[in-house]
Amino acid sequence: MSERLVIIGNGMAPGRMLEHLLEEAPDRYAVTIFNAEPRVNYDRIMLSPVLSGEKEFEEIVIHGDGWYIKHGITLYKGHRIVAIDRDAKTVTSDHGVIESYDRLVIATGSVPFIIPVPGKDLPGVLSYRDLDDVNAMLLAAQSHAKAIVIGGGLLGLEAAAGLNERGMDVTLLHVMPTLMERQLDPAAGYLLQKAVEARGIKVVTKANTKAIVGNGKVEGVELMDGTIIPATLVVMAVGIHPNSALAKDAGLEVNRGIVVDDRMQTSDPAIMALGECAEVGGHVYGLVAPLYEMARVAAARLSDGEDKRFVHSDTPTKLKVTGIDLYSLGDFADGEDREEIILRDASAGIYKRVVLQDKRIIGTVLFGETADGAWFNDLKKKAIDISEMRETLIFGQAFQGGASSDPSAAVAALADDAEICGCNGVCKGKITGAITAKGLTGLDDVRAHTKAAASCGSCTGLVEQLLKLTLGEAYNPAAVQPMCGCTSLGHDDVRRLIKAKGLKTIPAIMQELEWKTSCGCAKCRPALNYYLICDWPDQYADDYQSRFINERVHANIQKDGTYSVVPRMWGGVTSAGELRAIADVVDKFRIPTVKVTGGQRIDMLGIRKEDLPAVWADLGKAGFVSGHAYAKGLRTVKTCVGSDWCRFGTQDSTGLGIRIEKFMWGSWTPAKVKMAVSGCPRNCAEATCKDVGVVCVDSGYEIHFAGAAGLDIKGTEVLGLVKTEDEALEVIVALVQMYREQARYLERIYKWAKRVGTAEIKKQTLDDAEKRRAYFERFVFSQKFAQVDPWSERVSGKDKHEFRPMASVGFAEAAE
Amino acid sequence: MTWIAIGSIADIPRRGARCVATPQGKIAVFRTANDQVFAIEDHCPHKGGPLSQGIVHGAAVTCPLHNWVISLETGKALGADEGSVRTLPVKVEGEMLFIALEALASKAA
Repeated sequence: MSERLVIIGNGMAPGRMLEHLLEEAPDRYAVTIFNAEPRVNYDRIMLSPVLSGEKEFEEIVIHGDGWYIKHGITLYKGHRIVAIDRDAKTVTSDHGVIESYDRLVIATGSVPFIIPVPGKDLPGVLSYRDLDDVNAMLLAAQSHAKAIVIGGGLLGLEAAAGLNERGMDVTLLHVMPTLMERQLDPAAGYLLQKAVEARGIKVVTKANTKAIVGNGKVEGVELMDGTIIPATLVVMAVGIHPNSALAKDAGLEVNRGIVVDDRMQTSDPAIMALGECAEVGGHVYGLVAPLYEMARVAAARLSDGEDKRFVHSDTPTKLKVTGIDLYSLGDFADGEDREEIILRDASAGIYKRVVLQDKRIIGTVLFGETADGAWFNDLKKKAIDISEMRETLIFGQAFQGGASSDPSAAVAALADDAEICGCNGVCKGKITGAITAKGLTGLDDVRAHTKAAASCGSCTGLVEQLLKLTLGEAYNPAAVQPMCGCTSLGHDDVRRLIKAKGLKTIPAIMQELEWKTSCGCAKCRPALNYYLICDWPDQYADDYQSRFINERVHANIQKDGTYSVVPRMWGGVTSAGELRAIADVVDKFRIPTVKVTGGQRIDMLGIRKEDLPAVWADLGKAGFVSGHAYAKGLRTVKTCVGSDWCRFGTQDSTGLGIRIEKFMWGSWTPAKVKMAVSGCPRNCAEATCKDVGVVCVDSGYEIHFAGAAGLDIKGTEVLGLVKTEDEALEVIVALVQMYREQARYLERIYKWAKRVGTAEIKKQTLDDAEKRRAYFERFVFSQKFAQVDPWSERVSGKDKHEFRPMASVGFAEAAE
Repeated sequence: MTWIAIGSIADIPRRGARCVATPQGKIAVFRTANDQVFAIEDHCPHKGGPLSQGIVHGAAVTCPLHNWVISLETGKALGADEGSVRTLPVKVEGEMLFIALEALASKAA
């Protein structure tokens, strides 16, 4: 029988330890985890981007529920261990679960330090530690009121920047004279303060908190000098201390943290500890790189593998505030035996300082330009004598040995054992080796195989350079493909920032997201226009000049500049009256070609632009509306005749098709959406290659999606079976709304689904009734503004300038 | 040069275009986001697409047929594509717009 391994805590350190352990000794242990937080393992370092709106929680999950199931690990979410019985070798959770262990790993992390001042327990006082804190801050930020962040260290700055991004009026209090004084020298601290203030955050240094004031809830902070600063939210980010109370109660040796040896062994041979709660060689740690090192060591010990020992090393500090580049490493205090080299460029806001001792780098502070951080770190780690390059050292690697200033040259010049990813301790050779050996082609592959750039992400640029160097022209950085040449942001980032920053016009997006062109291009403008329509249906005014011609004039442009017109035939059903009206229009306007389309409609081709409004007027009289055959929107719902006529039909497929089409017409989507409803599994409406399809069966309606029958051919995925037409409609609408909100412009459903995963889509639109309803209702709301027939609008004179020339000149002379 | 009045600047939407019909074919008259006005032949050098129907960005237009980008100032295709269309002189007097057709006529003749 396998040994029982119990882990208390489910943060990044034990998560990483398990990954190593599963590799080294996959079947040795039956693993049980108790997590005081009611969730899976996530990347805690990325909470700041979640706070600022640059990422969503789902994106920072390290191990989803599936991972635990796949590896047979039992995870108790929301269970806090309250006691360890070392004699009986059991642990007990606050919900009364008792679990026996052969080996126990304590990874309880740290707890935020709360300044012991009056008022510290008032509602509205938060710490900054986990997702619950972030959610509480996001809730408070909706008020756009005043917030105070106490603590000008890494966490405090990130919290202040995030709240500021979310529209709060933020004051940052710091007890020392300069910010981040433990990582930065005063000069860099000053530059940092200026950069923070430039964002509209007020900074008060030498601010000693006396009390948090308020009656029943927070109303402000009182300083020692008597000043009272008003606020409705106070975030304390003044530091953390190891969470070692449980171990102490169990009688383990505890100092600042739980004392462990260099193999992560506590004073009890059956118990190990790692992460922020552990103390090794007198040090406790808060940055992820040494914690991951502990994970490696602990896994080796648990698997009785290689004899690995934990060795202390300095870890660089980087600030995760978009737009502020800061890098600090090692020791930079002044001293008689020390020299320093400094470079300042005031106009560019650049400050670089390298501290030398005995011709070797012992510390580095970089502000404003941090690309050489890895190189300085490498020189320091290897204790390289820098005498020969002393003159040009501060200019960085590109200036050494006459190398060009090509950024990839600097990366190319790095030694194979130079560290690229500080968080995960991945060196250059490991990355390039993995790229070659495993045929990796993109950033996500490298992340998956080597963990490089998988934690804080600050080395993403370096990893991309390595991909470029290793693969040459073959490297296609699809993972970070910008929307177009006007921006370096990808579609997903832009969509997220539109919502996070509340951007409601194209000029606002271009200004706030620092577009490189004055008014965009033909690629980004239609995309932005769609995103705004989707996100703010009641507030955004459609920008016609940002629409492709087909959507501007509601017809399809042809190669000779004429247009084609396709009226809507609900569910593909028509009548004698409608066909007669079409025949009359074809005669009257001498339309050269009439064609039946693949979506069960009639297409009239070769219409002159000037004739469009008159054509529509005649079609409108017969009851026709636009078929949106030109739109990135709902095109057609194709149907078979179903139970009305067909001897095999199980349900009224025609009726359902018409119902879906009448409900959803007019909606704009990221790319065209074609649907079909088949009345039985013989599937005459070909529903299984559509964006969304329904196959009726005796027991109900099988909902399909993510098919393709164009550039790619792909059968649909089955979303699930529902019993009634009403349910079918709700699920389909929710699915399309989820697609509308998440997909990239011009991305068809099957491509989006491949990215997001069928399981996730199923979870949100079928299994989770609340989410489904919310999607449904958002769609219904947006339809209020979308269901306007564009043809009748234009018949009544809208955009009439589109359809006639501005002037006719020169004809008189020419004709006579 | 003979200046021919074609209408008012307000007749053209910002970041948009209108056509002027002439015996030598259509002329596309563009108005940029900052109210610059340009006139070029309404005929993409690639496959003859109606440039007046394209999306206008900066001082350029993207052809609706195959996405060639044409400079409104020079009439030349931008980026990797090669080709050009004729540009015509435009004069703005107050609100009124005038074009001169000589360039077109002389070359067409």
